[in-house]
Amino acid sequence: MKVYDLADLAVRNLRESIFRNSLTTIGISVGVASLVAMLSLGIGLQQLASRRLQKSGLFDTVVATSRRDLRNFREQREDGPAPAESPLLDEAARKKIAQIPGVVEAYPDIRFVTDVRFDGKPHLTMVAGVPFSAKNNNDAFDGMQGSFFSSDAASEAILQKSFAEELLGIIPKAGTDTTNIADLAKPLLGKDVTLRYAERTAPPSSSGVSGSVVSDSAAYSVVSRERVLKIVGLTDLDPDSLRGTARARVFMPLKLAQDLHVVQSNLRDSSASDMPSYSSISVRVQNPNQVPAVEDAIKKMGFSAFSIVDAARSMRQFFAVLDGFLAIFGSLALAVASIGIVNTLVMAILERRREIGIMKAIGASDADVRGLFFAEAGVMGLVGGAVGVTLGWVIGRIINFGMNIYLQSLHFPSAEIWSVPVWLVLGAIAFSIVVSLVSGLYPASRAARLDPVQALRYE
Amino acid sequence: MRAVDGISIDIRAGEFVAMLGASGSGKSSLLNLIAGLDRPTSGVVTVHGNNLAALSREQLAKYRLHTVGMVFQSFNLIPSMTLLENVELPMRFAEVDRRERSALARQSLDRVGLSGRLSHRPMELSGGEQQRASLARALINKPKMLLADEPTGNLDSRTGTEIMQLIQSFNQSMGMTVLMVTHEQALAERYAGRMVHLADGRLVDDVRNVAAPMTSSAPLVSPEPVDAPATAHATERRGETR
Repeated sequence: MKVYDLADLAVRNLRESIFRNSLTTIGISVGVASLVAMLSLGIGLQQLASRRLQKSGLFDTVVATSRRDLRNFREQREDGPAPAESPLLDEAARKKIAQIPGVVEAYPDIRFVTDVRFDGKPHLTMVAGVPFSAKNNNDAFDGMQGSFFSSDAASEAILQKSFAEELLGIIPKAGTDTTNIADLAKPLLGKDVTLRYAERTAPPSSSGVSGSVVSDSAAYSVVSRERVLKIVGLTDLDPDSLRGTARARVFMPLKLAQDLHVVQSNLRDSSASDMPSYSSISVRVQNPNQVPAVEDAIKKMGFSAFSIVDAARSMRQFFAVLDGFLAIFGSLALAVASIGIVNTLVMAILERRREIGIMKAIGASDADVRGLFFAEAGVMGLVGGAVGVTLGWVIGRIINFGMNIYLQSLHFPSAEIWSVPVWLVLGAIAFSIVVSLVSGLYPASRAARLDPVQALRYE
Repeated sequence: MRAVDGISIDIRAGEFVAMLGASGSGKSSLLNLIAGLDRPTSGVVTVHGNNLAALSREQLAKYRLHTVGMVFQSFNLIPSMTLLENVELPMRFAEVDRRERSALARQSLDRVGLSGRLSHRPMELSGGEQQRASLARALINKPKMLLADEPTGNLDSRTGTEIMQLIQSFNQSMGMTVLMVTHEQALAERYAGRMVHLADGRLVDDVRNVAAPMTSSAPLVSPEPVDAPATAHATERRGETR
C-alpha cells in the first residue's frame, strides 16, 4: 500500500473509535508534556546559571598579573623569564593585551582598602574601580536599586548590600537574609560618602606631605586626600564575587579610581616612570572558547594569566547529568504512555479481527496490515507529541509565572527558568513517534500474522 | 479431522461450478484453499500454473488481490466505510493510482446497479444491496475467477435470485469463471453448468448440468482473453483445515 493510503486509512480507523484513541493519545501527550517540562526546566536552569556566571566573568575573563608580583611566586614556571626580568604590567602592556585577537577590553584592576566616612563615622572597606562597560556586562548591576554611574569619571559610588547595612547600623541576624534592599536604598540613595585615601605623587611634592617612601630605584610621596562620592546605586548581588575575600563593597567608576592615583598596598612598584603600572589587568574575551588562546598569548608576553574555564566545563557537566536525570523522569511517563498504545492497538486487533480478515481475503498482504497498524501508532505518536509539546509549553509558562511571583515576593529580580528550544520541540515529537512505533511493533506484527480464515469466522 | 480429504478436481476457464454439500462437508474449506486463504497440509492447488501450496504469504496475498475475487454469505463489507470506499479498498492494496480509483469504483458499482448508493455505509443498505456492493468489490481488480461462499445464504429468495442473475451475467458476458459454494440444490441446478457434491471432505459426485442456461468452457462473449484452458486444478491428498 502507498504511504498516502496507509496514512489515510490509519486516520480513518483512529476516528472510528475516537474516544479510546483520544484517551491513548492523551496518555502520550502527558508523557511528552512531562518530558518537555522536565527538559525545559533543566535547559532553563542551565541558561539562567550560564547567564549569571557569564556576566560574573567566570567564563570570559582572563586575569593577567605581572610575574614581578610576589603573590604569584607559587605559579612561577620554569619556562619564561625570572620574576625580576619579567616585563612590567603597565599601560603599554595593557594596550598590547587589548590588541590580542578576541579581546573585547582590557582594564586595570584598581582596588584598595580605605576609610569611607558616612555620617561622620569611618568604615574600613575595600573599594574597587568598575569599568563603565560593566553596566551591561555584569548582571549584578541589572537588578540594582538606583542607577549605574552617570559617566566613567563621575564622583559617584555604588554600594554592596552588606556595606549599606553596615552604614545604617543594621546587623542582619545570622543565617537569615531578610533585609529588603529597597528599604536600604531609601535612606542612602543621593547621600554622600567621603573617601579618604592616600595619593601617590611624584617627588618632589609641595603640599600636604605626610610621609615618604624610598625604595632602591625610585621614590614617591604619599599625600592624604579626601573625595566626596554620591551614592547612586545599591546592589544586592555581589558584582565582585570572583574576587573571594578581596572583594570590594564600594564601587566607583574605573576612570575616577585611576585618576586618584591611590597607593595600592598590593602593588610592588619599583618603577620610576610616570606611566602607571598595575597589579593586575582584567581581560574580557569575546567568546569563552577563546579564553585558552588569549591566556597563552598573555603568557607569551611574559605575564601570568589565570582563568576559570575549567569551572565552566564542570558546570556544564553537572547540567548534562541534571538534564539526563530529568529526561529519565520524563521518559518514564512516556514509557507508561507507550504501554497504553500497546493496549489500545491490541484491543483494536481483537475488535477489528473480522475487518483484518476481510482485508486479507480481498488481497491485503501481511505488510499492508502491519503497515496499517504501524501507521495508526505513528499517527497517535505524532498527534500525542504535538499536543504534548504544547501542553508541556503551557505547563512551563505556568511554572515560570508562578516562580516569578515567588521571586518577586522575595524581592529577587524575575528570571526565565524555562526554555523550550526548537530542537526540543522537534525532538520531543520525533521521540514520541519513535516510542509509538516501537509500541506498535508487537500489535502490528500480531495483526499481520492473523489467519484470515479464522478471522472471518469470528463474529 | 480432515476437512478436505483426497479431492481431485479440474475447473476450466469460464465454467460456472456449484459446490454442494451439507454443513461440514468441506466445501467451504475447499473454497478457502482455492481462494489462497488457507494452505493444504499436502497436495497441490494449481491455478493458472501457480501451485498455491508453494507460494509465499506475500505471493498468496498478490494472488488473492489479482486472480480471485470473493463474495461471502455475510457480505463482509467494512462497516466504517462507504460503499465507494469499500469498493476502492482492493485498489488501494493493488496501488492503483488515486485519481483513477474513484472512477473505476463508480463504474463497478454502476454495473451492479448501485450508482445511487455510493456514499452510504453498508448498514444503511438492504442485504441484497450489500451483496451487490460486495460483488462490485470482488470484481474491481479484474480477477480471473469469482469465488462465492453461499452468496444468497442471508438473502430472501427474490433478492437471492437477483444476485444469482448478476453472477450469471458475469459468467456469460465476461467469461468469468465462477465457483460457488451452496447447500441449495435448486439454486445450483438453475444456474451452474457443473455441480460438485462433497460429503465428509470427499468428492462424491461431479455432474454436468444440461438444464442450466449456459455452460461454457469457450464463452460466447469474452471481452477479456482467457489465457489457459485449465483455470483451476485442485488435488488434495490430505487437506486439513485447522
